[in-house]
Amino acid sequence: MICLGIESTAHTFGIGLVSSSGKIIVDINDTYQPPPGKGIHPREAAQHHCEVAPKVLKQALQKSKIELEKIDAIAFSVGPGLGPSLRTGATVARALAVWLEKPLIPIHHAIGHIELASLTTGAKDPLVILVSGGHTSILAFGDGYWRVFGETQDITLGNLLDMLAREAKFSSPGGSVIESLAHKGEKYLDLPYVVKGNDVSYSGLLTAASKMYKAGSKLEDVCYSVQEVSFAMLSEAAERALAHTEKKAVLLTGGVAANKRLQQMLKIISKEHQADLFIVPKIYSGDCGAQIAWTGILACQSSIKVNVDESFIKSKFRLDKVFIPWR
Amino acid sequence: MVLLRKGAEAELYQESWYGLNIVRKVRKVKTYRHPKLDLKIRKSRTGREAQIMHEAKGSGVPTPLIFMVDMTSTTIIMQYVAGSRVKDLLHFLSSIERLRLCSQIGQLIGRLHRNRIIHGDLTTSNMILSKTGKLFFIDFGLSEHSEELEKRGVDLLLMKRAFYSTHYSFAFECFKAITEGYAVEMGEEACKNVIERVNKISKRGRYESKR
Repeated sequence: MICLGIESTAHTFGIGLVSSSGKIIVDINDTYQPPPGKGIHPREAAQHHCEVAPKVLKQALQKSKIELEKIDAIAFSVGPGLGPSLRTGATVARALAVWLEKPLIPIHHAIGHIELASLTTGAKDPLVILVSGGHTSILAFGDGYWRVFGETQDITLGNLLDMLAREAKFSSPGGSVIESLAHKGEKYLDLPYVVKGNDVSYSGLLTAASKMYKAGSKLEDVCYSVQEVSFAMLSEAAERALAHTEKKAVLLTGGVAANKRLQQMLKIISKEHQADLFIVPKIYSGDCGAQIAWTGILACQSSIKVNVDESFIKSKFRLDKVFIPWR
Repeated sequence: MVLLRKGAEAELYQESWYGLNIVRKVRKVKTYRHPKLDLKIRKSRTGREAQIMHEAKGSGVPTPLIFMVDMTSTTIIMQYVAGSRVKDLLHFLSSIERLRLCSQIGQLIGRLHRNRIIHGDLTTSNMILSKTGKLFFIDFGLSEHSEELEKRGVDLLLMKRAFYSTHYSFAFECFKAITEGYAVEMGEEACKNVIERVNKISKRGRYESKR
């Protein structure tokens, strides 16, 4: 069985083809880049997706050498995300499903991050640390649902890094710029460290860091300190969850999973609690079509599908509300 | 010296100390974080934990007795409480016993809040039902003084989260019992305000279908 997955929650429009044996046949993604110093404009992002969609689809089919008729199911990201972006991807998915007379499968974007990471790393029953522009959550699976052990109470880790990059007039997503700047930082600046039980809060940290930068602190030092503090906060919350759940595997996924310093901190913690750390490969850490396609396979095998006339997007879809029959 | 538990923050050893059965809580250096940040966190939490744990007793919330605090090694030596963690216990209780225990938990949280104490890390791992049937609160490392509605809300939200993540099969009824116990100490009106804040805080997160 082959599933075509369409990702379009935020800045990336992607199409992936994955087989039921878990082979990622092709994964083509095109990312909208806002002007430096600006964030994603939902309308502009949707416009970008509209323009690249036919090209991405054509490329995916050509590269995979698979004919449209050979595809068994069409999966799309149903949420959460930006409404205009989501609607664009959903429209393409609906059109394909109707045209090819194949089942249409709604996929929660974050579940896609978790499932693709599980597929590519082989992690079994892990404590999941999901860090991206849309999520900062610590999760474990139990009785049909992902249970949230800790999460951010305001902005996400990806948000924090993106907004700091924006402040310094870099373009989004800004995680990798911040990481390379942080590498050159030397001075540790005192920033607010806010852990509430298993939860974290990053909004105060962002305000304090922006103020420091505007007051003349070296950008490299600000980036370095922001990484140190924000990652330590998450690591502490993760360690609490790990001590509490006593899991033997930790799975790091989502866009920020690519950050080396975060990986290093979590490696130390996992080792301390005799757990193995699994990190999603860098090419699959960000948003991509493959995450939707693979989760589409899992969902389709559990007979999850939606009628086209009921296939509404859910821009505020929470991941602990998704019933997962396949785990 | 027996390693009792290796928590996220500290290691707990059970040992005999001048003839007393004690727990030695050591906040060890965390190599993953910057040394400056690490020292700041360990020192402030050790001091705060000892101080507020002591104050909690005055509010009528049982906590282990503190015998010694050593700031250089960020260590607290406290009374060993024989009993079981509520986390391990809940499953074995009958529904009535469970609700009674939850209502008691709610009352103790109410007592803390009424006396301007925020626990900061309310989970079922941080509560011990002693062999004599007394409910103890432990782990005050994230505690602080406050009467703010926001802080009280966060405190209860963490408790609620702990139930929904770990004890999901009876989370709803348990949290309801906690709320009722809490209202006994705080009064109906104050309790209502805090619960409203709990719901408001959880909606502040990035995604919430009911927004």
